[in-house]
Amino acid sequence: MKYETDVVVLGGGGGGMAAAKAADKNGANVILIEREEENGGVLNQCIHNGFGIHYYRKDLTGPEFKETLQEELEHTNVKVLNSAFVLDVNKDKQLTFVNHKGIHEIKTKALVMATGARERHFNSLAVPGDRVAGIFTAGVAQKYINLQNLKPANSALIVGSGDIGLIMARRLHLEGIEVKGVVEILPYPGGLERNVQQCLRDYNIPLYLSHTVTRVEGNKRLGKVYVSQVDENRQIIPNTEKIFNVDSLVTSVGLIPLTDPIKFVETAPGFITSNTNQTSEDWIFAAGNCTVVFDLVDYVSREGEKAGKYAALYAQNQYFPEQKVKVIKGKNINVLHPMYIDPNERTKLYLRVSKTFKRAEVTVEPLGIKMVEEEARPSEMIEISMKPFKDKNLKEIEVSARELG
Amino acid sequence: MNSVEYKKKKVVCTTCPLGCKINVIYADADEIEIVEVKGNRCKRGLEFVKQEITDPLRVVVTSVKVEDGEIPMASVRSDKPVPLRLINDIMKILKETKVKAPIKRGDVVIQNILGTGSDIIATRSVNRKK
Repeated sequence: MKYETDVVVLGGGGGGMAAAKAADKNGANVILIEREEENGGVLNQCIHNGFGIHYYRKDLTGPEFKETLQEELEHTNVKVLNSAFVLDVNKDKQLTFVNHKGIHEIKTKALVMATGARERHFNSLAVPGDRVAGIFTAGVAQKYINLQNLKPANSALIVGSGDIGLIMARRLHLEGIEVKGVVEILPYPGGLERNVQQCLRDYNIPLYLSHTVTRVEGNKRLGKVYVSQVDENRQIIPNTEKIFNVDSLVTSVGLIPLTDPIKFVETAPGFITSNTNQTSEDWIFAAGNCTVVFDLVDYVSREGEKAGKYAALYAQNQYFPEQKVKVIKGKNINVLHPMYIDPNERTKLYLRVSKTFKRAEVTVEPLGIKMVEEEARPSEMIEISMKPFKDKNLKEIEVSARELG
Repeated sequence: MNSVEYKKKKVVCTTCPLGCKINVIYADADEIEIVEVKGNRCKRGLEFVKQEITDPLRVVVTSVKVEDGEIPMASVRSDKPVPLRLINDIMKILKETKVKAPIKRGDVVIQNILGTGSDIIATRSVNRKK
């Protein structure tokens, strides 16, 4: 079958649904493609609360956030294609996807990529030892427990203290699985402070900072995990080894933006976009974790809305940016999004600092924007709202952070 | 001289993702009296601290089994925070709980769990198996 539309949104998670909704509201015909049977992406299995505080001004769980968004989507004219997998996107604005009825083509005017991120796997850490059963990513363990009623462990160690790792420590503990600790290579926790409190301290689960897994051992099933302390250069300190007798190792070691199947757009490693979420290819917009990994689904959905809006305007020949100002990572900035700014539009800058600050001053120069952040940490995203700035001669701006005495 | 002992505590507010670190000084007598609160970025932080040093409250989130459902589990939560000290008991009850499909988001699964005044409600809808 052949379809023709104004905007295709690829991915039906928190970013994609919001994008489709916004594109529809801005007058475009929209097709949303999701590879799973139902929309929602990772929201379906994130049954904990803490979602939606910015976007809906309510404290929701993942499934509640998803169903609310889904209901809003059902009040639009968006055509949703589920169980559909996109094989190819070509430069002639044509997509090929497959579902149970066969192979189909879509001709579109604009595309929003909302493909999210994938979990880094344990094998990417190159830890010596046996390759045995019992090593899962946190997302896989979460899917087993929350959706499929399976118990993936009797006793577990968690590696990585990002939010997913912390939340899974609590989840496993409450399901009667003995959680012997959370191991983090950095000297500070990777996740939000509130999650360290309500997931670890509340249940007396130890957090081993500046520690790393050095070896795994087992016969078919995992039996032992060796953990050592590391110094400030992440080098293992001799004679600090601890042995944990566990049958499971749950990894939460980062997310990688997923940009498949597009190969011809600027990435680093996620899609590089402007403040209107436009990529290096005029007609392709991108939002959410396929650009950079965000702290909150609220940010992802907000970015999705923006991508949907500008994609719709682009498809209707109403959006053509004349000027793009480059945003440069200055001192002490690790992650920066977006990388380009259309100065005629508003901007939300998202950034992560590269180390912990007691009190940081974040500056955007030469625009003269200054912001003071108490306890700035790499794990907590900082956002800066910027008004349009019409300066024809401005080619680039620089964002940097410094410690305030 | 006042003989009441002042206590210091560092509390992490879990009300929102900001996770303010709040330093509180309080008098732990018959009735807790807060002397000083520092570090909260909003009023909710103050309320949180008062609660946290008397009886910490948390929202319970988990899944319960579904009979005849399209998927085997439905996620649930307490509609209000419940005392942290009761969470293990509540988990035990929910582990034994089964609901029948169809179930809609917001449906009450257990009313007033353990007399806390909080209901356990479904956080997703599950259709009947076709």
